[in-house]
Amino acid sequence: MAEGEHEVRWDGLCSRDSAARETALENIRQVILRKTECLRSVKETPYRPSDGLSDAGSLDGLNKLLAHLLMLSKRCPFKDVREKSEFILKSVQELGIRIPRPLGHGPSRFIPEKEILQVGSEDAQMHALFADSFAALGRLDNITLVMVFHPQYLESFLKTQHYLLQMDGPLPLHYRHYIGIMAAARHQCSYLVNLHVNDFLHVGGDSKWLNGLENAPQKLQNLGELNKLLAHRPWLITKEHIEQLLKAEEHSWSLAELVHAVVLLTHYHSLASFTFGCGISPEIHCDGGHTFRPPSVNNYCICDITNGNHSVEENQVNSAGNVSISDSFFEVEALMEKMRQLQECRDEEEASQEEMASRFEIEKRESMFVFSSDDDEVTPAREISRHFEDTSYGYKDFSRHGMHVPTFRVQDYCWEDHGYSLVNRLYPDVGQLIDEKFHIAYNLTYNTMAMHKDVDTSMLRRAIWNYIHCMFGIRYDDYDYGEINQLLDRSFKVYIKTIVCTPEKVTKRMYDSFWRQFKHSEKVHVNLLLIEARMQAELLYALRAITRYMT
Amino acid sequence: MEKMSRVTTALSSSALTGHTMHCHLDAPANAISVCRDAAQVVVAGRSIFKIYAIEEEQFVEKLNLRVGRKPSLNLSCADVVWHQMDENLLATAATNGVVVTWNLGRPSRNKQDQLFTEHKRTVNKVCFHPSEAHVLLSGSQDGFMKCFDLRRKDSVSTFSGQSESVRDVQFSIRDYFTFASTFENGNVQLWDIRRPDRCERMFTAHNGPVFCCDWHPEDRGWLATGGRDKMVKVWDMTTQRAKEVHCVQTIASVARVKWRPECRHHLATCSMMVDHNIYVWDVRRPFVPAAMFEEHRDVTTGIAWRHPHDPSFLLSGSKDSTLCQHLFRDASQPVERANPEGLCYGLFGDLAFAAKESLVAAESGRKPYAGDRRHPIFFKRKLDPAEPFAGLASSALSVFEMEPGSGSMSWFVDTAERYALAGRPLAELCDHNSKVARELGRNQVAQTWTMLRIIYCSPGLVPTTNLNHSVGKGSSCGLPLMNSFNLKDMAQGLGSETRLDRSKGDTRSDTVLLDSSATLITNEDNEETEGSDVPADYLLGDAEGEDDELYLLDPDHAHTEEPEYVLPQEAFPLRHEIVDTPPGPENLQDKADSPHVSGSEADVASLAPMDSSFSLVSVSHALYDSRLPPDFFSALVCDMLRFYAEQGDVQMAVSVLIVLGERVRKDIDEQTQEHWYASYIDLLQRFCLWNVSNQVVKLSTSRAISCLNQASTTLHVNCSHCKRPMSSRGWVCDRCHRCASMCAVCHHVVKGLFVWCQGCSHGGHLQHIMKWLEGSSHCPAGCGHLCEYS
Repeated sequence: MAEGEHEVRWDGLCSRDSAARETALENIRQVILRKTECLRSVKETPYRPSDGLSDAGSLDGLNKLLAHLLMLSKRCPFKDVREKSEFILKSVQELGIRIPRPLGHGPSRFIPEKEILQVGSEDAQMHALFADSFAALGRLDNITLVMVFHPQYLESFLKTQHYLLQMDGPLPLHYRHYIGIMAAARHQCSYLVNLHVNDFLHVGGDSKWLNGLENAPQKLQNLGELNKLLAHRPWLITKEHIEQLLKAEEHSWSLAELVHAVVLLTHYHSLASFTFGCGISPEIHCDGGHTFRPPSVNNYCICDITNGNHSVEENQVNSAGNVSISDSFFEVEALMEKMRQLQECRDEEEASQEEMASRFEIEKRESMFVFSSDDDEVTPAREISRHFEDTSYGYKDFSRHGMHVPTFRVQDYCWEDHGYSLVNRLYPDVGQLIDEKFHIAYNLTYNTMAMHKDVDTSMLRRAIWNYIHCMFGIRYDDYDYGEINQLLDRSFKVYIKTIVCTPEKVTKRMYDSFWRQFKHSEKVHVNLLLIEARMQAELLYALRAITRYMT
Repeated sequence: MEKMSRVTTALSSSALTGHTMHCHLDAPANAISVCRDAAQVVVAGRSIFKIYAIEEEQFVEKLNLRVGRKPSLNLSCADVVWHQMDENLLATAATNGVVVTWNLGRPSRNKQDQLFTEHKRTVNKVCFHPSEAHVLLSGSQDGFMKCFDLRRKDSVSTFSGQSESVRDVQFSIRDYFTFASTFENGNVQLWDIRRPDRCERMFTAHNGPVFCCDWHPEDRGWLATGGRDKMVKVWDMTTQRAKEVHCVQTIASVARVKWRPECRHHLATCSMMVDHNIYVWDVRRPFVPAAMFEEHRDVTTGIAWRHPHDPSFLLSGSKDSTLCQHLFRDASQPVERANPEGLCYGLFGDLAFAAKESLVAAESGRKPYAGDRRHPIFFKRKLDPAEPFAGLASSALSVFEMEPGSGSMSWFVDTAERYALAGRPLAELCDHNSKVARELGRNQVAQTWTMLRIIYCSPGLVPTTNLNHSVGKGSSCGLPLMNSFNLKDMAQGLGSETRLDRSKGDTRSDTVLLDSSATLITNEDNEETEGSDVPADYLLGDAEGEDDELYLLDPDHAHTEEPEYVLPQEAFPLRHEIVDTPPGPENLQDKADSPHVSGSEADVASLAPMDSSFSLVSVSHALYDSRLPPDFFSALVCDMLRFYAEQGDVQMAVSVLIVLGERVRKDIDEQTQEHWYASYIDLLQRFCLWNVSNQVVKLSTSRAISCLNQASTTLHVNCSHCKRPMSSRGWVCDRCHRCASMCAVCHHVVKGLFVWCQGCSHGGHLQHIMKWLEGSSHCPAGCGHLCEYS
């Protein structure tokens, strides 16, 4: 791999100058053709179809290049690059080398590929976003392709992520990616781990660290505890935790570094939620995103099974959807009716204070028990286990039954007044970026619901947002938690709960079974709400602990 | 009404006495408010709602308004206000969106009077009308303000801010119908209470939420606002557009602001996060607070002046569950701790110092610097008699100017510009620099350069240097192009920003190259020259001593002249120096194929002629047997460098360091080198010698320094039509879909080099503008401006 990376410079392709891209591509073409020639002259034997990969290091290197090229031919925002990469692949194939093909069905396993925007058919605004993203990272990842349903949000998201990972900040670059890996590994999100392992190595990280947290510097190891708590039980974070991190002699964190780390951790926890929630497929150029095997007759392979993307299964779900289409039609109607009712009779039947308080407690307690009954998901062998053999990296099942989550009152510590000021003080500009992102996510609406137009969805969005915060024990004094029960049905609650707490357990069935008549873009929208609400909840707890430490 | 309050003032202010004191509350406070008679204070919080009597020595709990076994959310107060006319009337804002009024005159234990449940979200603020008994105003998170008449069961009118949550509402004290409201999005609105349909005026006061506002008690038009952006601003609202008259920058977001009674320019602030102190500011001196109260251990949430006409008592409640009374005379005054002395050197050797007037006055009798040729000039700020702490932190400023001629630093600028640092064989560099120094009358430096050449090079090269000399001088022809930008570079930049990944110096080199005269390549390398000198002792006035010193010093160096020996590959280390510098930002690689010739290519080009000199060297090398090892003198040379640096002549130290490169670098520790580089670059930049400083940065081998010109290489461009940033490309705006930068001559889009006139902001292709201005002095756009192009 290293060999291949050294000779080929992919970064030239990120240029906005088409001439520069042209030259870079030409270089790549030559390198690849040279390698191919080399390989052919050395081997002279036809390929055995089964183990083409194990042959030689050079072949491995070439395959990596080809996979990258394949990714470019599908995902590069620049048309010229896509065409040229495809052309190179073709010419390689003509030389008798097996070329890879993408696996799976587009960027998401849950959303049919045809629903998702094709690279090349985007409008000018989206193209600008794609080009920015591509220029910054040298790739257009599947997350971006799914999020582009909501370009306004995507812009803010990419800006924030770019700032967190690449711009001025107290932490060195490889630390940032490593923290990203730590956070994603907490949820066994192999997709994010793979991406950031590459980035981590690219910015000069020590590959030894990837063998497990115990190989990383003590300073990062100390962060493990906070990572664990933040991901699963943020309400347990106390100022003692913060103190331990800040006063560890030579391994201690500075406040600014800690805030940077906390923002990164929460960002990646919630991004892992998004990855699972939208069923993001592996990147084409990463392991599991492509195959060198020729398409088999019955279109059946192991990977398709494990990621639940087998076409037969999809058909089943679709047919199931068709059967209940009238049911789900009423679902939307009923939901809208409820919203109308709530809007109208809010003033009439005023619940007593005690009842309001108990409604919150009930919702909080119930959210503990909302768990999907289907535990039939096959856990595929994951890349993560290679990097993090350490058992503490496995998901620790906190028994939630009967667990008491203390109430956190937003009126006493909220993001706008307190969290923002603290973050912006210790990690300038990031507070502003995250604040914008929260705002966009919270206020995003197209005033549509499924097939209905001109609907005020603010009530529904607020219910979702507050339900997530409620699961974290965060209470809004001015919210009637009875509304949640009216607006969010059980299957939806199961989905929310799973995504926020144990995203790795999300299945396509869950994704399909809630809000059946809603569009995919609306489900992605829900996911955006979920991840931002989760991020804010985690941040609130962490920042409150930091504030308490400081006072 | 006003008259009446004046009367009460006169009566009570004489009676108002007390100490700085505090009392413990059971729970954190969210807000406090004072009764009209200044004898009672109400404290409200999530789980506290009590009235305390302020007595001489202590606070005494008078009444607990939180009654009932099951405390409801209606009692969880975000704000509380006491009516300033009716001492029985209170109002609270609850976090669940309820507005409650309380009547202390009720006989029962529960004093709750009315309940308004009209707001859907938390109510952030309540406010009574200053002179109307029954009018109450509330502002809520749901973006609405409601006006209640307490004689009715529901609101009289609702005002919609048309935006996010309302953070504060305040009735104007002077204008009966007016109130101000502040919003989370940074806006401030002014409303007429009779017109709920739209606000009278609106302006953006802060970046981010405006948490609080307060009308000036005396000055009709003044409104103070405080925001999350850590600023307190004072607005004059009498003018057509709200005008910012004062601005105080604090260290944390501003949660509350309250004008100090009877002190026209004073206001008190407290913060919501991190900072626990209460500050009293004089808005005219926005940098140092006039007074500071440091009693609280957690953030202060409520402040109130005890009496509307007594400036010395301040009450405060805090998250640390204490209620405090602060006495102004007990406040700590940061000014006392301020250091009123200061000393600064000007760029051209002027010296200014500020000191306490008492000190200056004492010394003015005798002449402090006898025999000094420089005349001190005294400045004294005219003191405003109204200013309260005039005597506390004022100082007299004295400035000593250098006499024209003696103090000029022109030698520094000259040497910096004319020195050659790289791009030629060492011997030539030394000779050139020595000549430069001699021409400027700096013989010691000239001598040093000569010696360096003798130490490290063969003498056979001398004649060739003189040739190169003139070439080096000619290079200044590149300079006029400096104003132009390299738009081409920007267009190729990555990410949402367009970048100029080259520093100015390079940009110019590109332009030179575009002119496509190959000979200029070498010029470009030479033109940014640097020099060395002895600034420090110059400043101290012993300039005359310099020449004599030369010989005093020389024993050190004298014997170095004898052995003439040659260092073999003298040409190459110089080249390596450039190649060695850490790689630029990634996008540098993108450019490898762009039409510009990058620096390294230029170097390759100039390597060719040097081969000949190399052969010369090798010949001489054979002649003079190297009896002494190459680094025999390095210790000596290092001492010499340190000497110059200590004398204050970092110019010399750095120049020699660059010219000698590898030969001495290893003998001086990294940190010292870095320090020299940093000081020299700083000096260069003070003299606006950007090109030279950039060359030094480029040639430096220390990592910390060479990354300097890779920082902030982003150039942001805004569209000339819609004024918004252009994100993707530098020449076309995504929003208004127009090409922002048109050439005024050919009316085509400029994608490459763009030159603007700074007077009329028209411009276009560099070549076109140059050609145009040869024939005409008017702007090509026809705006009538007489453009200048230099």
